[in-house]
Amino acid sequence: MYAYDEIDRTLINERVSEFRDQVKRRLAGELTEDEFKMLRLMNGVYLQLHAYMFRVAIPYGTLSSPQLRKMAHVARRYDRGYGHFTTRQNIQFNWIKLADLPDALEDLASVGIHAMQTSGNCTRNVTTDQWAGVAPGEVEDPRIWAELLRQYSTMHPEFSFLPRKFKIAITASAYDRAAIKVHDIGLRIHKNEAGETGFEVLVGGGLGRTPFIGRVIKPFVHGRDILSYVESILRVYNQYGRRDNIYKARIKILVHELGIEKFAAEVEDEWLATRDSALTLDSEVVEDIRSRFSYPHYQKLSDTPDELTAASADPHFARWLKNSVAPHQRTGYAIVTLSLKPVGGPPGDATADQMDAVADLADKYSFGEIRVGHEQNLALPSVARRDLPALWRQLDKLGLATPNVNLVTDIIACPGLDYCSLANTRSIPIAQELTRRFANNDLAELIGRLHINISGCINACGHHHVGHIGILGVEKNGEEFFQITIGGRADEHAVVGTLIGPAVPFAEVADVIEDIVEAYLALRARPDELFVQTVERLGVEPFKERVYATR
Amino acid sequence: MPLVKQGKIVADGYIQVADDAEIPVEGAALIPAARFLADPEALLKRSGPTGVIWPNNRDPEELVPYLDKLAVVALVFPSFRDGRAYSQARLLRERYKYKGELRATGQVLRDQFVIMLRAGFDSFEVKKDADAEAFAATVKRYTVFYQPTGDGRITALHQRMQLRHAENAR
Repeated sequence: MYAYDEIDRTLINERVSEFRDQVKRRLAGELTEDEFKMLRLMNGVYLQLHAYMFRVAIPYGTLSSPQLRKMAHVARRYDRGYGHFTTRQNIQFNWIKLADLPDALEDLASVGIHAMQTSGNCTRNVTTDQWAGVAPGEVEDPRIWAELLRQYSTMHPEFSFLPRKFKIAITASAYDRAAIKVHDIGLRIHKNEAGETGFEVLVGGGLGRTPFIGRVIKPFVHGRDILSYVESILRVYNQYGRRDNIYKARIKILVHELGIEKFAAEVEDEWLATRDSALTLDSEVVEDIRSRFSYPHYQKLSDTPDELTAASADPHFARWLKNSVAPHQRTGYAIVTLSLKPVGGPPGDATADQMDAVADLADKYSFGEIRVGHEQNLALPSVARRDLPALWRQLDKLGLATPNVNLVTDIIACPGLDYCSLANTRSIPIAQELTRRFANNDLAELIGRLHINISGCINACGHHHVGHIGILGVEKNGEEFFQITIGGRADEHAVVGTLIGPAVPFAEVADVIEDIVEAYLALRARPDELFVQTVERLGVEPFKERVYATR
Repeated sequence: MPLVKQGKIVADGYIQVADDAEIPVEGAALIPAARFLADPEALLKRSGPTGVIWPNNRDPEELVPYLDKLAVVALVFPSFRDGRAYSQARLLRERYKYKGELRATGQVLRDQFVIMLRAGFDSFEVKKDADAEAFAATVKRYTVFYQPTGDGRITALHQRMQLRHAENAR
């Protein structure tokens, strides 16, 4: 955990007080809605179909139990008793009143939580691997760098009004859980030959209506130079990014139009003039930030305690153990994913009661720490393996032990037309129907790893481009239709999926997905050939034939 | 539109010369960039302070030969959502060492005062009277700054190091 000090707390409180004044001026008519819009967005406040929506940051996906309890409190006190975890380590509340927002922010500020820059044309919440600090084999804890970048990008005096939003993600693991290749800047931590920490820097990834996979702009930027290098990218973007068309304003379009070589040369020129500046991070400063991350006092425990062996005789427990529990850096401990994808439920939602209960379980079993991942699930990062049976029983009662992590029903979905003012179609009911179709755990396990991502419009908040199966809602003559892509992925081999054919109506989507999955089961070369591997080997043709032959 | 300078509302001594208007031979004047660059040497010899109105899509490096003679550089925010002039301001102050008045013009609201000061602006053509009057109170709103910029405010990272060194010395 990163512990905010008096300096960080002061800034958050100053921001709350500023926003309180802005809301007051808006309610008094001193600010027009047009003026207020940008200010509220930079404090996480959207105006949606039915109400204001409030997006709160969970920096690098790490929460303490008091912080999660405060989220539950906000859900209960100011909203309708639940919250929605997003694909970028944020939580959203959907029914909040404008006049209540300053109080909600003040309550969150009391535990070091804020909503700064969760929207607006500025640097958004810097995200990373939800297993940071506990994943076996990671180069080092990426959250130290995420925190440095969080501080650097918070209320930046030059980059608060960029052409468009700007998202940074960091990974330090070989398997990329942070989707860095679909971010404006993606950072992969690695070491140079001298053993010094640095970053492979990618730029220009992004989804939306024009998806791009990020390109490497520099293979190694030393840790001490990362802020000046990021500043150089942002400065080039701020000056030359397009502002004439909102759909062409992301950095990916600038990188694409200039070409990566020209863009890289511009950044390099800028960087040569910037690198030897106050932005240089000397090791003392980095160590100071590192020292404020506290780590659990792990005990020496067995990886195969008797409790675990005994409980494994229960097939329900054994299935969950196999599905939701991952290895930890430390012997005797495990990382536990809490599925927020129950059969028939909206993906990523948690009730206030569930949040409180998870906070209690974190205190009891995971050193008071909770993680949030971009797949819209929670995790308890450091659970003693001997405690897994007891934890499972309690999670099961809470509806948080669905053994579907990374399986066909672990669906990423945007809020869609049920909430969102931009949406063309609903997303949540599609996800709900799919979780019912594939509710049989044996079938889901047989299918294996398969990510279905659903967006209710071209803005792609549900990351449909990079789903193994992507579902995109489009409107045709006032009716909801859905385009299906297959073969996308968001990991270190990120690729945009391929459209299989004409869009299908709402009522047929689940049937089409079942056809695709059946085709895969028939076509796969071996039981352990994943869906994406089969698509990569055979292309979309056999799937297309299966889906459209009878339609 | 009120002008705020050194924290106070002051009378604007400058005439803003329109694109097609005649440039006055004397008195303080702000001249559009294209006209200024057409004959900078002559314009800088006018009697009376001369400033330039610099659009946000033009590289401020072009101004470098004249910076020590310019009394004002006025940068433009056509909309407060368009943040290009923040980069221009920092480049002028921090890279090109411009010491004269750096003026923010266009849609300037109180909500930008702090970051404008931090980017190097020291005068503000403010859109609303109430915002101009609130200047002094608004700029005191923040006491913590995370980024090093040319305004010299100490950053949180360095504040922490100072605290740490002070503790160690005790």
